[in-house]
Amino acid sequence: MTILTFSIILLVGAYLAGLVGSLTGLGGGVVVIPLLTLVFQVDIRYAIGAALLASIANSSGAASAYVKEGITNIRLGMFLEIATTVGAVIGAVVAVYTPTNTIAILFGVILLFSAAMTLRKKNQEALTEGSKLADRLKLNNSYPTKDGEVSYKLKNVGAGFSIMTVAGVLSGLLGIGSGALKVLAMDTTMHIPFKVSTTTSNFMIGVTAAASAVVYLQRGYMDPGIAFPVVLGVLGGAFTGSKLLTRIDPKVLRYIFCIAITFVAAEMIYNGINHQF
Amino acid sequence: MKKILSKGFWADQDIEQLIGQLLRYGVVTASTIVLLGGIIYLIQLGQAPRPSYHQFVGETAGYTTFSGIITNAFQFNAKGIIQLGVMVLIATPILRIVFSLIGFTLEKDKLYIVITLIVLSVMLFSTIGGLKI
Repeated sequence: MTILTFSIILLVGAYLAGLVGSLTGLGGGVVVIPLLTLVFQVDIRYAIGAALLASIANSSGAASAYVKEGITNIRLGMFLEIATTVGAVIGAVVAVYTPTNTIAILFGVILLFSAAMTLRKKNQEALTEGSKLADRLKLNNSYPTKDGEVSYKLKNVGAGFSIMTVAGVLSGLLGIGSGALKVLAMDTTMHIPFKVSTTTSNFMIGVTAAASAVVYLQRGYMDPGIAFPVVLGVLGGAFTGSKLLTRIDPKVLRYIFCIAITFVAAEMIYNGINHQF
Repeated sequence: MKKILSKGFWADQDIEQLIGQLLRYGVVTASTIVLLGGIIYLIQLGQAPRPSYHQFVGETAGYTTFSGIITNAFQFNAKGIIQLGVMVLIATPILRIVFSLIGFTLEKDKLYIVITLIVLSVMLFSTIGGLKI
């Protein structure tokens, strides 16, 4: 296979990864890793480097739109980024000492969890009674809906912060945005309306991924020949996905993708156990 | 200049607008550089066989350090240009933190100035300590 053929096939694959990632809300990085390792037989370390770039591109691209709409809670994002960036740096350091097969198995498990999370019941309710700590940290806010501005308060700040640290470690270790865990922390634990939690999670993914990306770049995990089709493809796919989302209801698609992703996760775990990485 | 430094100009909403724009410009700039490097890369090396990515060897210093990437990119080395785009992409969210810091400073929100500084120091630690750990 020549570099030209490889780049074109990878560009198309990354485009589809970005599309699927944006329609399911899983993010492009999650799909990029199995694509590179299982389809193209690329070492998982190069795949992690490329997936981190895909996560940053995706996050920054989408966040620019959400921030403008005023849905993102910037203070909450900034406060929780302490947890995710510290976690991400720890994850990136631990990654060097972790066998690649273990990383692959862990990735498969997180993939299963993320697929299950996209099917969960979403928290629509805004809390009217928050905790003292949330008030002191100025985390309570409001967001625009079609019925006007809705105020919300939050609780369990400490528990949310802890889950965010875990999300950061996994992000640094596996090269993914860990959007599913971030939403779990904000939506289920801190009781934030899902529209705010998804956009704030997405806003944070860029910074979290950048914290480990600087480590991976310096360690030589980021190959230009893989990076360029992946970054351009995922961005294009995510862009198409965001346009499609306003016109179609992705509910049925979401179920199909979740089944597909379950198979991919099983294959990652199976190959990991058989030391294929 | 006076207008930019006044508090009214930097109300919460404006900072959010600015951050939104910064993120968009960052991604557009990064992908343009990556696209340019990618095209040159394919013209120069498109017909060569695909490198074996099956085995991890890692990139050489020219593509992993700030000075190495800058030097390579300005010599119009295709891979160097792609890595420059990659650096711009990684720098975008970091620059966003700096913008938030400016915003909180103008709002005189001491608590969030401290929180933002903590996040920035973690990023700085990660950037500088990246190689040595």
